[in-house]
Amino acid sequence: MITTQNLTKKFGEITAVENLTLEIPEGQVFGFLGPNGAGKTTTVRMLTSLISPTAGSASVNGFQVGEQDIDIRRSVGLLTETPGLYDNLSAERNLEIYANLYEVEDVKGQVEKYLRFLGLWDRRFDVAATFSKGMKQKLAIARALLHEPRTIFLDEPSAGLDPEASRLVREFILEIKRQGRTIFICTHNLDEADRLCDRIGVFKTRLLVVDAPSNLRRQVFGRKIVFHLQHADQKLVDKLAEHPSVSEARLVENKIMATINDPEAHNPELIRLLVREGAEIQFVGELRRSLEDVYLQLVKQS
Amino acid sequence: MNKINTILRKEWSEVFKNRMVLFTVAFLPLILTAIPLVIIYFSGTSEDFTGMTSDIPGEFNALCPSELSGGDCFQVFIVSQFMIMFMIIPLAIPSSISAYSIVGEKINRSLEPLLATPITTAELLIGKSLAAIIPALAATWIGFGIFILGTWIMISNPVVIGNFLDLRWIIAIFIIGPLMALSAVSFSIIVSSRVNDPRVAEQVSMIIILPVLAAFFGQMAGIIILNTTFMIASALVLGLVDLVLVYLSVRLFQRETIITRWK
Repeated sequence: MITTQNLTKKFGEITAVENLTLEIPEGQVFGFLGPNGAGKTTTVRMLTSLISPTAGSASVNGFQVGEQDIDIRRSVGLLTETPGLYDNLSAERNLEIYANLYEVEDVKGQVEKYLRFLGLWDRRFDVAATFSKGMKQKLAIARALLHEPRTIFLDEPSAGLDPEASRLVREFILEIKRQGRTIFICTHNLDEADRLCDRIGVFKTRLLVVDAPSNLRRQVFGRKIVFHLQHADQKLVDKLAEHPSVSEARLVENKIMATINDPEAHNPELIRLLVREGAEIQFVGELRRSLEDVYLQLVKQS
Repeated sequence: MNKINTILRKEWSEVFKNRMVLFTVAFLPLILTAIPLVIIYFSGTSEDFTGMTSDIPGEFNALCPSELSGGDCFQVFIVSQFMIMFMIIPLAIPSSISAYSIVGEKINRSLEPLLATPITTAELLIGKSLAAIIPALAATWIGFGIFILGTWIMISNPVVIGNFLDLRWIIAIFIIGPLMALSAVSFSIIVSSRVNDPRVAEQVSMIIILPVLAAFFGQMAGIIILNTTFMIASALVLGLVDLVLVYLSVRLFQRETIITRWK
């Protein structure tokens, strides 16, 4: 579990993170989205006890940031934005070093487990410099999991990876989610965030909004229903707009796009209304806004 | 201790794959050990120097035991000029290892995941420092041992050999040597925190050799006499310098400083 209360970080006059208050329950995948320089990595560094907050408080897995830092570091895993591997050492040696630093009891066993889990066992004797970007990322993920942390911080896990490698990383994240771990992901990949995250926080120095992806769409854009008609005209639009459940309606070619409160409850009535007015309805669908649209709208508003 | 040991072994397995570091650790001590031995070998017997004793500075003559002939004293004087070279080893090796170790981690961006582990900065600093100091001291002491052995084989006069094992050289090799290694590591950490090229870090860190070179040339010119008093005074001064350098390097080697300012 991760909780923060007015967490703030300043570097001189510059405020990198301002009054971040957040609660992430155990077992949740939380996506932390924001433009470059928003303060995402600074937030991760505070939560992993790499840097200290200027103000506010935070706790990770029940340990207080700034007071129980070593306990926090023992209980979390971190995938940094760049893998930071020892290029001259083999994959196995890279992991052995970290297993020892994390005080893992069965070093050989854990190293083998995660090398096999990530499909790197056959390359265990190869130096990390010979690995592709995707393989290095997988090795870095293995490094973050060796000590079986309860909470994992992933900073841009699929940055720079090809689609196949990205898919592998995504599947891997889902697998560790199934194990009940809390996962905190910083990402620019909105599709990835949409697919993986239970909740998303959009961040730009301060937290703009936090919610599940589907709720975010609703919050920012409302729910837009599209009525595809044989022939649509403004009269039909005006008639639809009079209904109390419709907050907005407009004509787009032969379609009526309406923002409707609780479409499941009101759509049948609205369809009957349009038919009574002579509309020939071809089909009805919901306009699904992409998370990118949501994100850009929020950042623009901020 | 386990984490310090892990860092130590990690450093050695990484750094010694670098040819520059390997050359410094392996060949520099060999060269600096060979120089005085070659001088002894080619200088022939001490009788050859009997007529040259007037060339020895008077203060050095005073250091020679009365059992030594003028020729023996001259031989000791010549070799002593080059024994100061042993003092370069505990400075050059740690500078080279530390530069590649710390700047290498900066370039690789491997410090952040390392600091995200439960290791304390003290453990990390001690591990990195020992990784640089231990090879330096081993090379210095082994080199000195080889020198003494070679001298014993080539020179039959035990009084001459005993002169190379007197208190000033014992202080130099076994007290000043470790203090020098510590100052080299500390200075290298300070330099490495500011630069992003290990070769630059190594070259800048080598400035620390200048005092030794000054002593070498000062001795050659007769300005400095490396007697026991000088060695004791040097050890005390070096101890104070080490306190300052260690303090500064520890201040720089803080988690937040490394993450946010070591770029």
